[in-house]
Amino acid sequence: MSDATNLTAQIDINTIPALGKEQLLELAMGPQHPSTHGVFRMNVVLDGERVMKLKPVFGYLHRNHEKIAESETYLGSMPYTDRLDYICSITNNWAYAIAVEKLAGIEVPERAEYLRVITGELTRLQNHACLLGFLMQDMGASGTPLMYAFREREKIMDLFEGLTGARMMCNYLRFGGCRVDAPAGWMDAARKVVAEFPRFLDEYENLLVGNEILMDRTQEVGILSKELAINAGISGPMARASGVDYDIRKVDHYSIYDRFNFRVPLGERGDVYDRYMIRFLEMRESIKILEQAMRDIPDGPIVDPKTKIRGFRPKPGEAYGRIESPKGELGFYLVSDGALNPYRYRVRPPSLINLTVLEDLCIGQNVADVVVILGSIDIVLGEVDR
Amino acid sequence: MVGKGIIKGMVETARNFLGSYVSKQRLTTIQYPEERAPQIEAARNFPFLVFDGTDAERGLRCVACQICEKECPPKCIFIEKSKDKKPDATGRMQFYPATFNIDISVCMSCQICVEVCPFDSIKMDVVYDLSNNDRFAGLLLHKQQLAKSNEYYNTIHPTEAAAVDAHFAEERAKAAAKVKAAAEAKLAAEAKAAADSNAKAETPLADTQAQPVGGGTR
Repeated sequence: MSDATNLTAQIDINTIPALGKEQLLELAMGPQHPSTHGVFRMNVVLDGERVMKLKPVFGYLHRNHEKIAESETYLGSMPYTDRLDYICSITNNWAYAIAVEKLAGIEVPERAEYLRVITGELTRLQNHACLLGFLMQDMGASGTPLMYAFREREKIMDLFEGLTGARMMCNYLRFGGCRVDAPAGWMDAARKVVAEFPRFLDEYENLLVGNEILMDRTQEVGILSKELAINAGISGPMARASGVDYDIRKVDHYSIYDRFNFRVPLGERGDVYDRYMIRFLEMRESIKILEQAMRDIPDGPIVDPKTKIRGFRPKPGEAYGRIESPKGELGFYLVSDGALNPYRYRVRPPSLINLTVLEDLCIGQNVADVVVILGSIDIVLGEVDR
Repeated sequence: MVGKGIIKGMVETARNFLGSYVSKQRLTTIQYPEERAPQIEAARNFPFLVFDGTDAERGLRCVACQICEKECPPKCIFIEKSKDKKPDATGRMQFYPATFNIDISVCMSCQICVEVCPFDSIKMDVVYDLSNNDRFAGLLLHKQQLAKSNEYYNTIHPTEAAAVDAHFAEERAKAAAKVKAAAEAKLAAEAKAAADSNAKAETPLADTQAQPVGGGTR
């Protein structure tokens, strides 16, 4: 294994023309390739099995999200943010709500903050469980691990449906709070799901963590160095797997995260295996946060009654709101000119920015590894293309 | 030992497979068309219009204020206001929608129309088997298809509907009180007018007698 990595380290992309074009194969992986998590194309140049060059092509799912938001009211863009990263809609709502609250100077009641943390961390559990399933699917473990992960995701989606009315497109947060309070019995159901979740994690670790095939496929594959992670602006679990100690929940202390006792797991090598394992550790930390939040949640109002739903006009200015979404730093930048709709609306999508290092991770690896590396980056094309 | 991890994983799979025969928790699949999961109360799908009583045309709560049409993010609602008026749920004369169409192939079930509606007339439905052969006309729902009774609303969202009904009962009581007060005031005014004319004709004492009745106007 180590010989192979040394060999690949010597390959320079600039020497490719010297090898002679007839020896190289240019291949378009996607956009309909099942392993690319949506409509995403990679133009790869191969020398035998080895990747010499990789060009990502995206935009197939572009739907003008930012421009539409500039012609919608502030509330009108809230359901569109669900569709960015459609696996974790509530964290998208949250980042947007924080940006608008900063812009308009709205305070959020205590109970609403707790509800936001609870739903946000449930979203993180759901996203990471999905990712583990998808990654295994990419590696060829068809079905079983993905179905186990989806079984757990189903429980969380049922919770979301009971609270917000929708399983995926929740549209739950509002400026200055949340849309509805938890109905009777919901909190107990959520406690039950959270209490049972560690059993799934144990089962999943038994299922695959010691698996020799998995280790061969993931260890020393797609190494992202700490320097490159910082320079390329990588965030989220992917940066932490490379040893970058950066978690916005700890850095910004947004919402009420300073009240909870949790740790930020870090990886050492930054290979696919580390990126895979860090999600397990993060889920365990999320469960800790959820237990604390569900224990401490107070009674009270869930929304600031002074905030208008219709005719909401923040005063002119600009604001950037960001959160630690399950995939990394998700930010919304808004400029208001005092009208009903934002003058400028910009999303900082974690998936897109994490995807920029794909070529650096893939050069010198085998074609089969490209799929695994892409899987470990954890992209959702709804967010990459917007 | 090479293969130990694989065996460990296989044991886990076997436990799930065998467990599915005894434990409901491990057998989560539902045989869909024959067997359906229980409906979750908060669930939402597409909007519908609530009407009171038995006549969908007369009892429709919507007054064609067109707020939902304006606030709908994907602009899937189309309303045409009526020329004439009819009494609404609280008895006031209001406009009604001559046309009310929702294109559910565009609707994204965000529920903002429900949030902005000041008359509690548009609510979210829970029907999900809506497949249709006709992509355009079949998914463009008209007023007749959208109108559903308040009893139906009470069966799908009991808690929410009970709160709405309580609110309406309060409004109706208020309106009834207002009508009563207006009638009393009219009566008092008539009495007063009569008393005035009487006073002109006979004695000024009748004017003071009319005063306590006039208190009903407040």
